[in-house]
Amino acid sequence: MGTYFSDIIRGLWSLLIGLSITFKEFFKPVVTVPYPFKTIKMTERYRGHVELIENDEGKPKCVACGMCQRACPSGCISLASKSVSYEVEVKGEMKTKKKKVLTKYDLDFTTCSLCGQCVESCNFQALTFSKEYNLASSRKEDFHFDLLNRLKERNS
Amino acid sequence: MSGPIHIQPGETFTLNVGPQHPATHGVLRVKMEMDGEYIVKAETVLGYIHRMHELMGENRTYPQVLPNLSRLDYLGALGYTHGHVLVIERAAGIEVPERAEYIRAITVELNRIASHLFWFGAFVMDLGGFTPLMYAIEDREYILDILEAVTGSRLTYCYYRFGGLYNDVDDDFISATRAFIPRMRKQLKKYDALVTGNIIFRKRLDGIGIIPAEMCRKYGATGPVSRGAGIDFDVRKNEPYSVYSEFDFDTPVYHECDSLARYKVRMDEMEQSLRIIEQGLDKLPDGPIMPKKKPKLIKPPKGDYYQAVETARGSFGIRLVSDGSKNAYRFKLRSPTYSNMSLFDEACEGMLIMDALAMMGSLDLVIPEIDR
Repeated sequence: MGTYFSDIIRGLWSLLIGLSITFKEFFKPVVTVPYPFKTIKMTERYRGHVELIENDEGKPKCVACGMCQRACPSGCISLASKSVSYEVEVKGEMKTKKKKVLTKYDLDFTTCSLCGQCVESCNFQALTFSKEYNLASSRKEDFHFDLLNRLKERNS
Repeated sequence: MSGPIHIQPGETFTLNVGPQHPATHGVLRVKMEMDGEYIVKAETVLGYIHRMHELMGENRTYPQVLPNLSRLDYLGALGYTHGHVLVIERAAGIEVPERAEYIRAITVELNRIASHLFWFGAFVMDLGGFTPLMYAIEDREYILDILEAVTGSRLTYCYYRFGGLYNDVDDDFISATRAFIPRMRKQLKKYDALVTGNIIFRKRLDGIGIIPAEMCRKYGATGPVSRGAGIDFDVRKNEPYSVYSEFDFDTPVYHECDSLARYKVRMDEMEQSLRIIEQGLDKLPDGPIMPKKKPKLIKPPKGDYYQAVETARGSFGIRLVSDGSKNAYRFKLRSPTYSNMSLFDEACEGMLIMDALAMMGSLDLVIPEIDR
């Protein structure tokens, strides 16, 4: 009989301890952010979807070698290029040379797993991660990014 | 059909728990044959989110499989990627710089605490207490912020590379982790007072949901489930990998075999993980994070390789059979939750349904990892 009552008292006491802990939490500062009105700045290394980097002339650094396309595990990068001939002065002589110019760089973000293999595989430092995370949409097409277009928009 | 269904005395009925049920934490279905509130027989049905990660590991090149491993267990992802890079490094003979190994150990332990914290909150919520989940998630947020600043992602990390790491840690990481350790110790004491001592909590777990050591051995259960049954086995201690042999930590073992023992093992493990992080930060050497000589194309020589690691849920093993090409010939994942869950059918026979669901919570199931 004695243990019966002591069990009840000890049990009640354990509940009171719990209540005192939760009561103290009332006076602690709020840790959450009211999201649509306030947002948190992303850290330096945050990995959003990939983005092209421009060179000094405002053109993409990309030389369309296709390494990122091959490294991608889910095959979400597709790019196209055309070869352009240009003239360059070598030892006082004018010579025509050819180089590849990027014409299309599409990213299908629906299948991207943000692993960073494309950024790592790039030998020309032409790719980076964006800091974008407000990407909610109800349409699938909104996640097919034309990165070349995005670069132009950023420059203008 | 009209009117109420009358069940005759002695007649059993079938109850489906899941595939969508808050207590199963995912898409797990348990077919239960019930006699009133008692379970006569239970049968777990799997495969609702099977994604063929093993097959993907066989028809993709080795680096392309890296993001897959963190999709197995989204709560303790780093432990799984650790196992993956270790087995490939062993197979291809890549040497890892010491700094990279230490950072790996620190981040894995941080991730283990995050995983255990979330389990703690969800487990108490299974039993009807909602408040601890909020506290646990607040603490977990600290870890996620620390890891996000280093790895770039919050949940499905792709941080380890064959031979090292994606990028080095900075001073912010070290100071944030150092500040986190005393805070977490204080919080663990708070959880102890709030939850472990709580009379309602104890009455639901003490002596209930017995999983004896023989059953653990029969089904191959590992991790906190077997340590709660008195089996002193931890891959970090028994087959040390990475730099774990240089840390001084204990393996918490309880002999009660009940749900409370498994709870206590996990709560003690968090403290041990804090100890490992502390030692790791003290010993963290300077140096490179990637080896100087690294093969450009990873092609392990022909052979059969196996590596086990201790993840938050138990012993996770990868068996890799290589035929010398750039894809694996066989890529077998031995996931701990699958074995831990297999014993549920036998262990819950004759139990009350609410006790069985409490026991299921104490197993710490993550369903994507069972189905893979």
